Amino acid sequence: MAAIKTDNLIKRYTEVTAVDGVSLEIPEGEVFGLLGPNGAGKTTLISMLATLVRPTSGTALVAGRDINTQPLEVRRNIGIVFQEPSVDDLLTARENLYLHSMLYGMPRAEISPEIEKMLALVKLSDRADSLVKTYSGGMRRRLEIARGLIHSPKILFLDEPTLGLDPASRKAVWSHIRDLKAAHNTTIILTTHYMEEADSLADRIGIINKGRIIELDTPAALKKKVGQDLVFLKGAIDETTLRALPFVNSVERENGRYKIGITNSGANLQALLNAGGRIDEVEVRRVTLDDVFLKFAGQQISDDAEEKAEGIFERIAVNRTIRK
Amino acid sequence: MEGRQGTSPACPLRMGGPAHNFPGAGGNHERVSSPGYAGEVLWRPEPVKPMLNLNAVYALLLREAKIFFREKERIISILISPLLFLFVMGKGMGTGTSPVPGYTYQQFIFPGIMAMVILFTSITYGLYIIWDKRLDFLKEVLAAPISRATLFVGKSLGGMLGAIIETLLLVLIGALFIIPLNPLKVLLCLAAAFPVSYMITNLGLTIGAKMKSMEGFGLVMSFLTWPLFFFSGALFDLGAAAPYIRAISLFDPITYAVDLFRIIMLGSGYFSVWTDLGAIAVFCLASTAAGVAAFGKLQQEK
Repeated sequence: MAAIKTDNLIKRYTEVTAVDGVSLEIPEGEVFGLLGPNGAGKTTLISMLATLVRPTSGTALVAGRDINTQPLEVRRNIGIVFQEPSVDDLLTARENLYLHSMLYGMPRAEISPEIEKMLALVKLSDRADSLVKTYSGGMRRRLEIARGLIHSPKILFLDEPTLGLDPASRKAVWSHIRDLKAAHNTTIILTTHYMEEADSLADRIGIINKGRIIELDTPAALKKKVGQDLVFLKGAIDETTLRALPFVNSVERENGRYKIGITNSGANLQALLNAGGRIDEVEVRRVTLDDVFLKFAGQQISDDAEEKAEGIFERIAVNRTIRK
Repeated sequence: MEGRQGTSPACPLRMGGPAHNFPGAGGNHERVSSPGYAGEVLWRPEPVKPMLNLNAVYALLLREAKIFFREKERIISILISPLLFLFVMGKGMGTGTSPVPGYTYQQFIFPGIMAMVILFTSITYGLYIIWDKRLDFLKEVLAAPISRATLFVGKSLGGMLGAIIETLLLVLIGALFIIPLNPLKVLLCLAAAFPVSYMITNLGLTIGAKMKSMEGFGLVMSFLTWPLFFFSGALFDLGAAAPYIRAISLFDPITYAVDLFRIIMLGSGYFSVWTDLGAIAVFCLASTAAGVAAFGKLQQEK
């Protein structure tokens, strides 16, 4: 069964169309990564699904409820971790969780044990009674994740959950997300502009640009679409032999070394090295989601907008719209 | 998830294609537009079943109470200017200028100062919702499955709580140093403080909900709070005031609050007790309507 099913969702603001006809279906238990540049429409899309923003047209079923007609029902079944921190600084972690549990109508008897469980999950038990204003950024984030989860939502929205976190905290958040999926089969919708994050967490990735989902697939398949890995070789290389290899797509000289595009470096690297001649140095760069993103999102931005705009004023106007 | 009929085929994504039917969602909600959701879908508010969620109101009130008692400096600091009026101006003006025979000027303005304390506490509290917006705490509450009426009631009860505590402090100070008050009068003062703080908190919340930044705070204080206080007749006798001042004061909710407190404490007022209560009731209703409307429009700020 689908946790989320959207049907031609559109959100227009006076000047921009933030979300432009998104139809997608996310099965239960999936970690879905929504990847896009700033202003691509990620947050607006999530806000509509969380019933915080009304769609201009189109609709969606979230946990089987219609976002247009049953917003409170939708809300009861989802958890959200916002892009900007939204825990109450003036309360303690425990009080934040208590307030949330009451607002979400949890049965009173369950509240206390659930709070303890969640605090333990995000490793905040020992600081549970300190005011949140004394917390570090990573601790706040963890508290928000605990808060988003405490009412056992079927679907969890994480809007840039690791934005502004140091690498250690980021890794900790990632492992929480993996645990969640493993333990509760929670459907997780994750927006991010860290490719690494999407790559390591998401089952499927939707690349969103200018309000439209322009690509949607598993991380591996997306990388495959972009195609080749790059192998950099230095040494006395026999260029013609290399070109003749079936899996080699291109050979170029760059900064005194050869840049060779090959398909499936995992399987073919040995053969390439055997045929290459005397090699002093090897560097392999596998396709990353960065490349995928650049190919699908980056190009489009430059293609349709910037190059068409001729004069300086048009350019400024175009840039403004893109940023929004 | 109950009652879903029709398993949806694995259709991962379509972009900008023609609108297409949703599999029925159990029929437990009404479709706004006919089959295809093709046209504009109107936003239908949730059916008004649990308008007030009492557990949520309690939780919101608890939050306000905790924060209020944690900021003890604020409890004291909000009393500073009223106490200056009361003790410096009240004493400084001497005893010969009291409009009510048998009472000193200080005793005469005490009910007005009580209204002032409620006015300042409540309006400041209401405007503080801008901080909530800024700190994004409000986001969490706006995203919760509670109606806006629930949020509004929780907030306005929180404001009343603060005002009642400040009133209690001031009544104690007054009873000790200024004017003899029997327990009945103390209770009546506290009882009157409820509707007065309610209407002012709502006023503050309404303005706060519409304001975008804390910069407006000073403006509201200069252009609203102080005029409300000065035109209320807290410091002078309305009967002896210039006609235009009296005319303006008729539209000032604080006028009736001051008058009510004066009737309770001094035994005489400018209006009758029923006029005061009636006017306060009208202001309570009007401010509730304004507040609920403003909270309904309160949107997630991106």
